[in-house]
Amino acid sequence: MKILLFLLVLFCHSSQAEIKVYDFKDPVLEQRYQGLTEELRCLVCQNQNIADSHAELAQDLRSKVYEMLNQGQSDAQIIEYMTNRYGDFVLYRPPLKSKTMILWLAPLLTVVLGGLGFWAVLRRRDQVQEHLTDAERQRIKDLLDRKSE
Amino acid sequence: MRYLIPLGAFIVLVIFLAIGLKLDPKEVPSPLIDKPAPQFSLPQLHAPDKTFSPEQMKGKVWLLNVWASWCVSCRQEHVYLTEFARTGVVDVVGLNYKDEPEDGKQWLSQLGNPYVLSISDREGSAGLDWGVYGVPETFVIDKKGVIRHKQTGPVDPEVLQTVILPLVQKLNGEAS
Repeated sequence: MKILLFLLVLFCHSSQAEIKVYDFKDPVLEQRYQGLTEELRCLVCQNQNIADSHAELAQDLRSKVYEMLNQGQSDAQIIEYMTNRYGDFVLYRPPLKSKTMILWLAPLLTVVLGGLGFWAVLRRRDQVQEHLTDAERQRIKDLLDRKSE
Repeated sequence: MRYLIPLGAFIVLVIFLAIGLKLDPKEVPSPLIDKPAPQFSLPQLHAPDKTFSPEQMKGKVWLLNVWASWCVSCRQEHVYLTEFARTGVVDVVGLNYKDEPEDGKQWLSQLGNPYVLSISDREGSAGLDWGVYGVPETFVIDKKGVIRHKQTGPVDPEVLQTVILPLVQKLNGEAS
């Protein structure tokens, strides 16, 4: 069993292809490279950013980011280059536009609606307690008193 | 009344899920639609000493089909594309994307060549400018050199007959 597990671990490692590491002379550039590649979505494997993806397209885009950074282009210019070609979809944080409004407001809306629903339920529960008749109140009191004797 | 609200919420949920099932998340709308086709100048696959650039096609409606010998679904669409190109209704230019020219040429001689010419984009630089992310892709470019349509993934007879052909005919009627 242990051997099997060991083999499994070995196998997992070998299946992980390497991601090319770029050398930066300037640590600030490296920081920006990290930030940008984490913000850009890989279009082939859509739930990964290009920093994590092994897809060929992600490799190409990483090298493009590296190249543009070394040319002294700003983050905004690089983002624009990517969105001009692949649309807002490449951004993990899409810009706030009329088209993406629902995307940004939906979480807030859900919380507000949920809160309202919760509040309504609580209120109804309070009202139910108010509906007890005097006789019922007396019965509760009697029962509780009997218990404490 | 008590059951109406949950029932209503359930129906809304079902409608949203049904719409979600019909959407293809792989299909990313291209920002290049209705924009001038990105320019490039790359060697032709069968004549590496000659170059091709999209500008040469000005005044004509044409298709740019992105393909590669390593691409499995390109094989699938190739039959239909060849048949379509044979009708002569529109010029189809091939962009041999991130491929070895030898492999590309062999692939064409084996399966037939529907293209008026193919361009060799070994590094994928033109592909990057055209926003290519899932080969095969097919672009429709009008007489003014503007991209009017993009099909991501293989074309089939239905797409060719109901989308591409009517569009090409419409664009042929437009002034250049």
